[in-house]
Amino acid sequence: MKWIKKDLLGIRELSKEEVLFILNSTDSFKEISRRDIKKVPTLRGKTVITLFYEPSTRTRTSFEIAAKRLSADTINISSSTSSYVKGETLKDTAKNLESMRPDAIIIRHSMPGAPHMLAGIMNSSVINGGDGAHEHPTQALLDLYTMREKKGHIDGLKVVIVGDIAHSRVARSNILALKHFDTEIVCSGPPTMIPPYIESLGVKKEYNINKAVVDADVIMMLRIQKERGGISSIPSVKEYATLFGLKTEHIEKAKKDVIIMHPGPMNRGVEIAAEVADGPYSVILDQVENGVAVRMAILYLLTGREM
Amino acid sequence: MKILIRGGRLIDPGNDIDGKLDILVNGTVIEKIDKNIHETDDKVKIIDAAGHIVAPGLIDVHAHLREPGYEYKETIKTGTMAASKGGFTTVVCMANTQPVNDNKSVTEFIVEKARSEGLCRVMPCGAITRGLKGEELSEIGEMYEAGIVALSDDGKSVKDAGLLRRAMEYSRIFGLPVISHCEDETLARGYVHEGLSSLISGLEATPPIAEEIIVERDIALARYVEAPIHLTHISTAGSVEIIGRSKKKYKKITCDTCPHYFSLTDEATLGYDTNTKVNPPLRSKKDREAIQEGLKSGVIDIIATDHAPHEFTSKDVEFDIASSGISGFETALALSLKLVHDDILTLSEIIQKMSLNPARLLGLSSGDLSVGKPADLIIFNTALEWTVNKETFLSKGKNTPFHGWKLKGKNLLTMVGGKIVYKDPRLVKS
Repeated sequence: MKWIKKDLLGIRELSKEEVLFILNSTDSFKEISRRDIKKVPTLRGKTVITLFYEPSTRTRTSFEIAAKRLSADTINISSSTSSYVKGETLKDTAKNLESMRPDAIIIRHSMPGAPHMLAGIMNSSVINGGDGAHEHPTQALLDLYTMREKKGHIDGLKVVIVGDIAHSRVARSNILALKHFDTEIVCSGPPTMIPPYIESLGVKKEYNINKAVVDADVIMMLRIQKERGGISSIPSVKEYATLFGLKTEHIEKAKKDVIIMHPGPMNRGVEIAAEVADGPYSVILDQVENGVAVRMAILYLLTGREM
Repeated sequence: MKILIRGGRLIDPGNDIDGKLDILVNGTVIEKIDKNIHETDDKVKIIDAAGHIVAPGLIDVHAHLREPGYEYKETIKTGTMAASKGGFTTVVCMANTQPVNDNKSVTEFIVEKARSEGLCRVMPCGAITRGLKGEELSEIGEMYEAGIVALSDDGKSVKDAGLLRRAMEYSRIFGLPVISHCEDETLARGYVHEGLSSLISGLEATPPIAEEIIVERDIALARYVEAPIHLTHISTAGSVEIIGRSKKKYKKITCDTCPHYFSLTDEATLGYDTNTKVNPPLRSKKDREAIQEGLKSGVIDIIATDHAPHEFTSKDVEFDIASSGISGFETALALSLKLVHDDILTLSEIIQKMSLNPARLLGLSSGDLSVGKPADLIIFNTALEWTVNKETFLSKGKNTPFHGWKLKGKNLLTMVGGKIVYKDPRLVKS
């Protein structure tokens, strides 16, 4: 298979073959990061811009490291340093950046569809680094990569996603990606955080986390999306932690080899107890490591594709 | 000057007429309606309407002409040009201008501007509350004297039920209908319909109940004070159900919907095309079916456009911050005629919902074609196929989700008070 897509806007736009192609391509890139000299010349002469209108530590750094390990030149723009604060529209910013002829632009924005708008006007590859409550495709791909790495397969897994699913782009992208495989997906959390019609995506809902985690292969915890109004969905953070925070007792109900995932940033003691986050079942830091490899693969596929 | 419109099929539900009849217009009024009118005087201009429909001019109870204040979006001149092209001879313009039409000076300005620059009749709708703020009543009586034909805080609901009650009671002395925009702000936090499409797009969503809860409230209020109530741009199955049920108990309820609610669904928003952003939002398939059913059963009395023109830049941004609204004058008739082609409504019902019923709501003497009345009429063809091209819109607002759609049926001539204000080149002269 050859990669032909210019952009990575969402998992929804990807076929199962394309998801697998990215995952399979990731293996060879993961090895590079474990070398002494963590750099290959693959993308020498390519320019990669990260344009982040929302705060980010992991995703932005991960993309920057991924690009640098492939020898691309990277430029980071955040909302506070962009002309956004001077009243320039996103479209104008994009057009101006386009004039500088970058090869790829990674955008994170609070508004769904912002990457799609950019993709329509830019010749460079647009990668969605998270758009509002819509999608976060690279996160889902690194999550699937991590599941496959730890479990050896994706088919047959029971994946339980717990938390603010209504406001979560990570949940949406993961659900869409996992639906390409023969998986059982259970969404859990307070009813105010489970969006209406979620079952029409082919997932189950179980408000009670104690029931949801039974026999789980994967438990994915999400934080409360305070910036998207998640806090108004619950009476208090304390009550949320009591009712929906992942604790050791839940792990005991899951499969013996359950893995605990979290896209970060995590709030210790809220959605996840410290001993679980740091415990033997946690693969949270493996996710971060794999994130670099997956993003290297994506940058390579998108900017190195045949025109 | 006399104009003879000959050979057309005259559809005039107000007079229960559907047949081949000629109309003779003398000056501003209709002089004669009869079979085969013969005029030997060669000063009489003859329009051959054979193969076409002749009907009373369309009346739009809900439009935004944007003047004063937003002339970069539309003016009374460009708005009425677009309306005339679409077959409208009368349009009601909403009060959310800048300044708001909440006092007689603004009303007088609009009336005067329409008189000097308007191609069709413009009837202002006054704000229920000062500045559309929902806090105190506007000077309704003074605006009435200056020419308003209805009251509405369109764009939002009057949150304060006590104040809305006062408005309903007070407006009674003028016979002004209250037009209610039904939207509970605390529930309507989003930009699209809450459904499967919003789940996929991640866009903030507004549930149908945000509309229905106010439909229920405003009907209950109107019943209590025995006032008429008109519910505008109805978009949900629930609203149709509530209105249908309520009409059986209380007669003074009317409502309208817009072409986009019976033509499109929320699936159109999946590509983040800001031209699909409208308030209330495009709803589900089930809602669209219920709207069509409501039109058919008569629960929905009127088709309005909610013509909401916007300049390009306010739509050329992220979906969340894009302006809401669709430029609707120039597609409304053809989209409505699709209901005829799909056997949902008859031609006569279309004329009722776009001319006769609006005239009755507003207490106008127009909406039918009778001898001695002003000659407000249109000639249109139901079979003519055309492709919507926003670039050819006469409205300044090119914001349409129907660009590129192939539609069947087109207005060919619009006459307001005996004056031809729009004529399509395809209308062959004899």
